Order: sequence, then C-alpha cells, then structure tokens
Amino acid sequence: MEGIWKKKDLLSLYDLSPEEITYILDTAEEFKKVSQRKVKKVPALRGKTVVNLFVEPSTRTRMSFELAEQRLSADIINISAETSSLKKGETLLDTAKNIEALQVDLIVIRHSAAGAPNFLAKRLKAGILNAGDGSHSHPTQALLDIFTIREKKGKIKGLNVSIVGDILHSRVARSNIWGLLKLGANVTIAGPSTLVPREFTQIGVRVCDNLRDALEGADVINLLRIQHERQQASYFPSISEYTNIFGLNKESMRYVKPDALIMHPGPINRGVELDSSIADGPQSVILEQVTNGLAIRMAALFLVAGCLKGRDTSQ
Amino acid sequence: MTEKSSYILTGARVVDPSRGIDEIMDIGIENGKIANPSEVKGSEKIDLSGLVLAPGFIDMHVHLRQPGNTASETIRTGTMAAAAGGFTAVVAMPNTNPPADNAGSIEYIRRQSVLEAVVKVHPCGSMTKGQQGQEMSGIGTLKRAGVVAISDDGKCIQNHEIMLHVVEYSKSFNIPILDHCEDDILASHGVMHEGYWSTLLGMKGISPASEELMIARDIILARMVEWKIHIQHLSSRNSVELIRNARKEGIMVTAEVTPHHIALTDENIKHFDTNYKMNPPLRSEEDRKALIKGLKDGTITVIASDHAPHTETEKLVEFDYAPFGIIGLETSVPVCFTELYHSGDLSLSELISKYTIGPARVLGLDSGTLEEGKDADITILDIDIEHNIDASNFYSKSRNTPFDGLKVKGKAVATIVNGKFVFNTLMG
Repeated sequence: MEGIWKKKDLLSLYDLSPEEITYILDTAEEFKKVSQRKVKKVPALRGKTVVNLFVEPSTRTRMSFELAEQRLSADIINISAETSSLKKGETLLDTAKNIEALQVDLIVIRHSAAGAPNFLAKRLKAGILNAGDGSHSHPTQALLDIFTIREKKGKIKGLNVSIVGDILHSRVARSNIWGLLKLGANVTIAGPSTLVPREFTQIGVRVCDNLRDALEGADVINLLRIQHERQQASYFPSISEYTNIFGLNKESMRYVKPDALIMHPGPINRGVELDSSIADGPQSVILEQVTNGLAIRMAALFLVAGCLKGRDTSQ
Repeated sequence: MTEKSSYILTGARVVDPSRGIDEIMDIGIENGKIANPSEVKGSEKIDLSGLVLAPGFIDMHVHLRQPGNTASETIRTGTMAAAAGGFTAVVAMPNTNPPADNAGSIEYIRRQSVLEAVVKVHPCGSMTKGQQGQEMSGIGTLKRAGVVAISDDGKCIQNHEIMLHVVEYSKSFNIPILDHCEDDILASHGVMHEGYWSTLLGMKGISPASEELMIARDIILARMVEWKIHIQHLSSRNSVELIRNARKEGIMVTAEVTPHHIALTDENIKHFDTNYKMNPPLRSEEDRKALIKGLKDGTITVIASDHAPHTETEKLVEFDYAPFGIIGLETSVPVCFTELYHSGDLSLSELISKYTIGPARVLGLDSGTLEEGKDADITILDIDIEHNIDASNFYSKSRNTPFDGLKVKGKAVATIVNGKFVFNTLMG
C-alpha cells in the first residue's frame, strides 16, 4: 500500500481514484484503533502546524478536525471569519498567504464559496484540506459516511444507497455520490423535484420523485438536513409538507429493510427529516458517524502532511 | 507610408460582403476616403499580396470603463486594443461611473475620444436614469449629443411598462435599442450556466430561461411598436430559435453573439478559473452549436466581444465573488477565425459580414463597406497565420482572458481609420 497517496491536498472525492479512497479508509481504520487506546495521542504530526480557517461557521466539523489534529500532536491555530482580517476586507488569498508566511504546513478550510479550497491549493505550498465549500464538496464527511457503511456492511460495491433531501444545495450529497459511485455502489437520490437535479442521472445516479421508491431495497438511507438558511427561494411549500411527504417516520419505515442503515450528517432537525424514535433507534448509526469522523480526519491530515513538497517532512 | 493621404492598396483579396465582393483588386485611398484607384493622385502602392482586405471591423459591444474605472481600461488603452484587434470602430457601453445617461457624459466621452482614441468611438446612451430601470433617460437629448444607440447593458429593465415606453419613445427618435436580456429574479445569485456542470460543481445556476423570457418580451414589444430591438450577447439555443422565428415574421429584432460563447462551454468552469465567469454565462455544447448555426443561417448578424476589463485584483478571488466579464478586443478575430472560418462553419464573406455590414446595419452607420466615397476604415488580415495568443502583449490595461496561450489561426495585421494606419505590423 506504500505510496498510494501522493496528493498535497484533499479537495473533493471527484479528484480521487477508488484506490486512493480505499487507502484513506484503510488508514482511518488504523487511527480508529488509536482512539480506543488509553493514551489517545500519537506523534504523527509533531512539529507540524495546522491552521483551521473557518470562513463559514461550523461546529461539528471544526471540533472533529481540531481533535484529530490534537491527537496527531500538531500545533493548531484557529481562525474564524468573524475574528479575522477577512472581516476588514482582506482577500482570501492574502489571508492565506499571510498564514503560509508563518511556515504553516496544513490549512483546513471551510468556506461558503464553491471552489475556494481549489483556489488556495493552486496558489499555496501548504497542504489544503477541504472542510466544506459552498454546495460543492465536503470530502471528509463523505469519507466518514462511506467508512461507517463499510464498517457495518463489510463492503461498498453493490450496495443500494439512497440519499434523501435537499440534494441541490448539499455538498455532503455531492461528495457521497462521487465516493459511492467510484467504489461501485448503486446510488439513488430523492426529495422534492425542485431540490433533486435530474442532471445526476448523467453520471449514473437513479433519481426518485417519491420516498417509497427510494426506501424500498435500500441498504443505506442517508437523510440530509433540510437547510432553512440556504433556501433563497421557494423550493417546497412548507416544512410540514416536507415532513409529510419526504420525512422518515413510522409509516414510511414500513418500506425500509430491517437491516438498512439510517444515516444523517447532522445537525438533525428532529421531527422534520426523521422522527426522533428513528434517529435514536437500532438502525441509526448517526453517532457512530461522528466517532468515525475523527478517524477519517486523522487519516486525511496524516496522508496529506506526508506529501508536502519542499518541506522537511521527517519527524 | 502611414502619413500619406493618397495611396493604393494592391494585391489583397478584397472581401466586402456589403457588395458581394470577394476578389483580388486594388483599393484607392484619397484624403481619408475610399477612392477609385485610377483616380488616386500620386503613385504610392502598398503591396498586400497574400492578405485579406475588408471594410473596417466594428465591435458594437465594448466597455471602455472611462469615466469611473480607469484602473481596468481607458479610452486610450481600449481603443489601442481595438486597433490591434483589427477594429476601426467600437460602441462604448454606457455603464461607466457615473453612467452615460445624460448629454454631458456623452459630450465627455466624445471629447476624450478626440484627444485619446485611436479608432472611432460611438457612444451608447443609457436607456434609464442611472441604469436603474425606473425612469427613462433623456433619450432625445442623448440622440442630439451623438449616441448611436441606447442600452442598459449589464442590466435589464424588469418593468415591462417602462420597457414598452422606451421602445415607443426611441422609435420617434430613430434610435436603436441594444438590450441585455435577463430576468433578475430567475438569475439572482447565479454564477454560471444552470445545467450539468453547475449541478456537479454545486454552484448557483443562471437558467437560460432568464434570458429567453426577456427576449420573448422584447420580441412582443418590437412587433407591437414596430421598432428595432437588438439582443445583446445571445447565449442559449432557445434564444436563437426565438429570434429566428421572429425574424421570419418580419419583426425588427437582430442579435449578436460573443466569441467566448462560440468557443467555450460551461465545462471550462470546472477548475474555478474566474476568467470563465461572464454574464450571460458560458452554456452547454448544444447551445454553442446552436449559436454557430444561428450565425450560419443569418439569425445572428453580429459578432461583438462584450470587452469587459477587470483588474487582476478584482478577478483573483473566489469564483462566487468575482465580477462577470472578460476582455475580447484582441482575441475576437483570432478566436472567431479559428472557430468559425477554419472550422469550415462559415465562409470568409459570411464571417466578415458579422464584423462589418452586420453591425453597421443594426446601428444605421454609414460604414461597414468599401464603397467609394466612404471613410477609409479598413481591416487587413492574415487569415492563415498560426500563432499563440499572448496576453502579456495586449494593449488593453487588463488581462482577464481565458484565451491566453491558445493556439489560433488568423489575425489582423493592420488597421486603417480615415485612411491612416492606426495599427501596422506590415513591413515599411
């Protein structure tokens, strides 16, 4: 397996080969064991500096990255839009170049504009990890979803995975679709037709207009958060109609296979995308996704840090 | 040789679509006008063997940025770029700062052009005050001040009643309307074509319907008022179809297309390079092909660059935050000769008409032809020369082009305005 990972950045799963994706998952398995030890810290990134540049607010992804960096013994700087000079009109590139001038090795970036991590990756020597950019990509979230599926089901190839909700504005959906397709899963997307772009059929995704078709036969059901904050126009009539038609509840659970996994990237709108009883029920792996996120981010940071050119990567 | 007032251009393949001419012949120049070669005084001849000689090219969609944004372009640099690109005249869009919505602004542009411009600058006035789409500008006064057309380019009047009144009022002053067709609500927050690539990239799309709805509106108004509306920068296949059908019915609508909509598609955006961000956006391959077909069958009679300079600082940001627009004066001819003529889609005469008599007819200009007695505005081309576009050599003050480094075939080698060489790469 040595030498499969050669990228200084992790930008999107679209850019990765099936082998590279599998390599991250395998590496994460090793790091998951670390988190189960009594001493949860390893020196893998000792002497390395990581900046968490969160231009868009985030709670769980940021917490997960921070903890992953700490467990790898990296030095950490946290920057958020509210407290940075971006607020004073400094451009993203200038902010990032200033960060790099401090001999920073890795930048973890969350940004509301699609392609912002790609923009930096092209212009900086530092490794860039995308922690979510607009509606474009959220590679570590998809990797932790796929990791969780593989852990539970033992494989990805041939599984039927249904993603339900606001696909149009979801970077989680886009990253999952690429990762799952590359590893050979059958992907279905469903939700209000205004939020489920037909164009996805062109890359081999099945599009369903009704929930039942998406639930029946699915091995995995990934429910997306209905994002009130991104609804700039009226894509569906109301939250209550959404819940009635597309929410996962006791009634629609009838169509779900008993061994199907119920997933959600969080934060959950309880009673909107899914009933509380299902979120907390036996088929739900929602909290395990969070646990696995840590292992995935440790793996991603470790692999990317090992590929920085022109820097001393020795310990 | 450039200072002589009388000379003969000899040996060139003369292509003048206004009169159906495509043959090797001499063209005489006398006191800044086209003259019969046998009547030209003096005997100086300039040999143009192997080159193509055409009426001076007109780019009817140019942003010179003066006044207000001279960091990205000025009347001087913009017209230098025009001359180097083979253009003898440009139409200056009114979205300057302040907008050219009054006679004083037009007077300023005209005066600065006398001082600084190297090609002809035809000012275009704003349709509404401040380009706000709310109150009509003094269109009659603008006409008297010398505008060749009116436009709110960059914006589109959303209120149909105001648009109707602009069309009716303009007709009485015999002034053509150039319209940027876009439904603001449908296009709001959009940064690229809504389609396959916006879906994959997760970027807010601009539906082709936002353009098509307003074109349909304009066609209805043009029919009702029986007046001319020219649709700027067509981008979608349905837009082409709407205009094709309207023209068949005799409605006075015309249309232009940009070189970038001919040469590029939305797929180019996958690397988030802001030099592919413009409005209307680059659309799909099917749209691109339909635009070429529209040029071929005469639905689209004009190629215009929508030359939109922006500084590197403005463009070197996240894709969502970058301004729309690219420069085009120095790439229009190489790109279109490569993509339309050398590709076999258009004949030389068809292509040259889109740069000459096509725009001249839309604007009612007494140019775009090599008829004797007209101003000696002439473009000389080497249509077969292979070269790579090099933005570092541009005369434009800005460098925001997606075509830098592109291998192309054909370019302007000399440009003559009123009998004087304003750009010349020929010997001597």
